Amino acid sequence: MKIRYFAWVRERIGKSEEDLDPPAGVATVADLVAWLTRRGEGYAYAFENPKTIRAAIDKHHVRADARIAGAGEIAFFPPMTGG
Amino acid sequence: MTATIRLQREAFDAGAEAAKLSRGRTDIGAVVSFIGICRADENGEAIAALNLEHYPGMAEAEIARHVEEANARWPLHGVTVIHRYGRIAPGEPIVLVVTASSHRQAAFAAAEFLMDYLKTRAPFWKQVEKATGAQWVEAKAADDTAAERWAAPRRETAK
Repeated sequence: MKIRYFAWVRERIGKSEEDLDPPAGVATVADLVAWLTRRGEGYAYAFENPKTIRAAIDKHHVRADARIAGAGEIAFFPPMTGG
Repeated sequence: MTATIRLQREAFDAGAEAAKLSRGRTDIGAVVSFIGICRADENGEAIAALNLEHYPGMAEAEIARHVEEANARWPLHGVTVIHRYGRIAPGEPIVLVVTASSHRQAAFAAAEFLMDYLKTRAPFWKQVEKATGAQWVEAKAADDTAAERWAAPRRETAK
């Protein structure tokens, strides 16, 4: 699945998107955050406070307990500051 | 209802957009427009510009979902939402919301509803350019509170 990062999440991880294949057992958005956190320093820094991270699956806002099975694109970003 | 949603780098002409919404129609009695403008300061510190990042595709979809919800809640004839991205200098417009209805109550309420949701749900992120460097703007709790007051479904005006 494609994983995308925006704003300071993107800056901390050092890339705007990547294609990843999380192992079985990574079932929810929260599981995916935990799995990504172990991929390196930048990820650990980006996700150091999971409460400040927002997520979207296929361009719809989702909560941390949302299941990721069947997702084409998952995005992680800070709270939004548009308008 | 006619809906126009646009994301663009360039500035927009708010007057022309508002006029377009009611041109050639005689059922519209009220047009409300809100323009968000870039200030020269952020928390008391001078800024040179804003840089707005967005999530292409999701930003349009999320705005469209809220325009649909506004249309379900109030008797609207037209809505225009334009949101800029990229570098925006102080004094320049950032966002435009225009709502048209037969009467003012629906137009005012829908414009405020859309702005409150744009602030907290549309995937845009502001970064400010300061003398000390670039800094991401932090989300404000007051914006969440403003959006939450619309959460309980209610109908302001009978359709």
